[in-house]
Amino acid sequence: MERIPILRMGDLLLVTIQVDMHDRLAMTLQDDLTARIVQEHARGVLIDISALDIVDSFIGRMLSNTAAMARILDAETIVVGMQPAVAITLVELGLNLTGVKTALNVELGMAMLNKMQRR
Amino acid sequence: MAASSMNSNAALSNANKTLPLRSDDDVVRLRTEVRHRAIEIGLSLVEQTKVVTAASELARNTLRYGGAGEALIEVIQHGAKRGLCMTFIDKGPGIPDVALALTDGYTTGGGLGLGLGGAKRLMDEFDLKTEVGVGTTVVIKKWKRF
Repeated sequence: MERIPILRMGDLLLVTIQVDMHDRLAMTLQDDLTARIVQEHARGVLIDISALDIVDSFIGRMLSNTAAMARILDAETIVVGMQPAVAITLVELGLNLTGVKTALNVELGMAMLNKMQRR
Repeated sequence: MAASSMNSNAALSNANKTLPLRSDDDVVRLRTEVRHRAIEIGLSLVEQTKVVTAASELARNTLRYGGAGEALIEVIQHGAKRGLCMTFIDKGPGIPDVALALTDGYTTGGGLGLGLGGAKRLMDEFDLKTEVGVGTTVVIKKWKRF
């Protein structure tokens, strides 16, 4: 079965979505990520969506839900690299990704996670 | 506009295309096809993104609520204006209350309830025809800005 790879870096999990996800693949990623957070005792999750040229309500919901599930499992999620056209479209669609932390790129997202963990 | 007339039209314009919507993968294929057409007629990146997103929402509706169906993608012309027209057709249960279905947050399918209303906001024109027990057809259009 097709899967999106999840990389571990210390106590962080890194996901780079590089394919146009169909709905089942998005749900699989959500399940895999929550399982890996527990398995690896991860404290942070970085989801890089810079290669995604659309985020519709389904993928938006998956990102929100993943962040909420991770938070309950004591891990912070940061979504990084959203393209400007995607941000414009998302808001017009009616999704504002409440509760999802974002950063402009992987580097800034990583810095944000490190800062949060030092507290 | 009827899908059955597509075969005779196909010879006139290869820009018109009907795609089946029977699985998640069909939705991804449709997004790719819509993106190509949007680039072809010169829509800006933001407009392309809106059109592809709206198509994705409606294709998912066709699949989830209509059971299955098809999408017709057409390049349209009105005077000097060029645009993209997409028609989503299903023979599903239909929508009993269209105003309610267009309300943000209303859903019967466990989604976010943003699909119909969201697609309407993202496009220039939106037309929904539905009959309970017969099916639903949604037509959306985006015109290229000069």
